[in-house]
Amino acid sequence: MIGFVIHRVMQAVVVMAVISLLVFIGVYAIGNPIDVLISPDATQQMREDAIRAYGLDQPLWKQYLDFVTRLLHGDFGRSFVYNMPVLELIGSRLPATTELALAAVMGATLLGVPLGMYAGYRPESGLAKAIMAISILGFSVPTFWIGLVLIFTFAVQLGWLPAGGRGDTAMLFGIEWSFLTRNGLTHLFLPALNLSLFKFAMMVRLARAGTRETMLTDTVKFARAAGESEWTILSRHVLRLIAIPIVTVFGLELGSTLAFAVVTETIFSWPGVGKLIIDSISSLDRPVMVAYLMLVAFFFILINLAVDLSYAALDPRLRARRA
Amino acid sequence: MTAPLLQVENLATHFMTRSGPLKAVDGVSFSVQPGEIVGLVGESGSGKSVTGFSILGLIDPPGRIAGGSVKLAGEELVGLPPSALRAIRGRRISMVFQDPSATLNPVLTIGHQMRLAIEAHETVGEKAARDRAAEALLRVGIPDAARRLDAHPHQFSGGMRQRVAIAIALLNRPALIICDEPTTALDVSIQAQILTEMKALARDLGTAMIWISHDLATVSSIASRLLVMYAGRIIEEGPVADVLRAPHHPYTAGLLASLPANAEPGQDLVQIPGSTPSLFALPPGCAFSPRCPHARPQCGTMPDLVREGARGVRCHFPLEIRGRA
Ligand SMILES: Nc1ncnc2c1ncn2[C@@H]1O[C@H](COP(=O)(O)OP(=O)(O)OP(=O)(O)O)[C@@H](O)[C@H]1O
Ligand SMILES: [Mg+2]
Repeated sequence: MIGFVIHRVMQAVVVMAVISLLVFIGVYAIGNPIDVLISPDATQQMREDAIRAYGLDQPLWKQYLDFVTRLLHGDFGRSFVYNMPVLELIGSRLPATTELALAAVMGATLLGVPLGMYAGYRPESGLAKAIMAISILGFSVPTFWIGLVLIFTFAVQLGWLPAGGRGDTAMLFGIEWSFLTRNGLTHLFLPALNLSLFKFAMMVRLARAGTRETMLTDTVKFARAAGESEWTILSRHVLRLIAIPIVTVFGLELGSTLAFAVVTETIFSWPGVGKLIIDSISSLDRPVMVAYLMLVAFFFILINLAVDLSYAALDPRLRARRA
Repeated sequence: MTAPLLQVENLATHFMTRSGPLKAVDGVSFSVQPGEIVGLVGESGSGKSVTGFSILGLIDPPGRIAGGSVKLAGEELVGLPPSALRAIRGRRISMVFQDPSATLNPVLTIGHQMRLAIEAHETVGEKAARDRAAEALLRVGIPDAARRLDAHPHQFSGGMRQRVAIAIALLNRPALIICDEPTTALDVSIQAQILTEMKALARDLGTAMIWISHDLATVSSIASRLLVMYAGRIIEEGPVADVLRAPHHPYTAGLLASLPANAEPGQDLVQIPGSTPSLFALPPGCAFSPRCPHARPQCGTMPDLVREGARGVRCHFPLEIRGRA
């Protein structure tokens, strides 16, 4: 197991190195950052000074090395727009996105898996058909449209819930969280619901397919022949047997929501990193873009590692193979 | 004769398929005495497993028990509510399946699975459950049982896995175990071991068994009485020794002749001509008649199962009378 973790950490280092190269090429080497940094009416002399100051006269490999060295020292530079260290800037926005993503993915899983299992257990029942109909909706209707409908219905027409912002927050571990206050929760609800519909649909499908398949196996027949109740069979046998694909999708969805909650954050003016990155792209705030992309890559690596480790916890046969 | 432990009468189990109802079990009657080992043989698809599942009330749609009765110690099981049936399964009748690597749950420890099987019928403490599970494992010949409780199925060999499944079936000391080809998936040497052990266990615990197999030789070595099934019906029954010595039904005779042990060295194995009929296209009358070397026009009507003493045969022209008598 230790060997496996070390192996994965080394893999992660290689992946991060490759990502840093791609990000460098994508953001630094394509286009000329000087045009953004200095005003168009600067003199030729000022222009050359600036080029030298930013190291842009150096060969490309040297520039890349400098870039990586700075990254390794945790120096992601300063935001051109906010004029503050990039890490601090992202750090101030990340909790908002984190709680939104966690609320959406966990809500979708906690609701989607039991309902999907029921739909797989009693596929002919009316409830199962209703669940499947909702999941088809969740798959096919675009997120931004649902977001607008939610705002229109619950915020504008009914006035039950706020249309945007984080609401009141409370401190935990030195970080501001919305989910800790009543008012914050009401703000969190609609954007989380909006983000979770698609994930809910996916979890329902996964759990339903897995349950249908598992219910036909000899494992379930044998448990029934031993007199175990249907509830025991579903909660102890089937749930464990279908857990691996569910955990996988949970991880992937958590990663992609952390990275790409942009649309929902924009619609609900949720001050997370998604909104920050869109702003930084439109204002060509390169240090922010770089740090964000590196961070997203890092999240994915971390989540994948966690998912892989949980495989071993969920399936002893995999544990044996890795030992 | 003591009162039978299990009495199956005219059991009919049908599957509603797209091409119409499929009569997988069509009027099966037999009984099992306490502690008796009954062998149920027949070709693939003859309805052996469906008979076993019907007794336990484990027929899922599109299947259903279309008629007949199953009595356990006099109590009717057909039509019992699911909760009452569940209380009987595993406690008074249990079942072991063919492939132990498919029946045991690969992601739970053996101990966990055994505890679930105990908790299905009573509330027990963690420690008591472990002790009982370890004891059951010891009984089926698994060494170091207490430690093995924390192992997962993949850490056992095929034969050991089947022993675990048997231990689970024995956990609540049922009066009857239905064994659906439990040795078919195992090596021949392990097959023989398990057969011998099961026989001893059944004798020691006084457990009755229905031993299902397509292999006449296996069944004969464990059972004392034989039921031969063909196309959803019992076509011959009797004490094992008698049936083997003098089969009455041409199908049983064919099965016997095709056993490798009965072949002349160097000769091809004898085969029953033709193949198992589709249950959708059964001939009128005796289902075996198209393959039967002795078939006559009268075989176009369904023969009754005629019982005489311990023996019974469903044939218009049983062999004993014409051939050897
Ligand atoms: N769920 C089902 N749906 C439709 N038909 C079924 C179902 N289960 C069994 N059958 C049919 O019932 C008949 C008897 O099947 P059964 O499993 O009892 O055979 P068997 O004698 O146990 O054979 P084998 O030696 O292959 O296990 C077969 O024709 C089979 O196709
Ligand atoms: Mg079978």
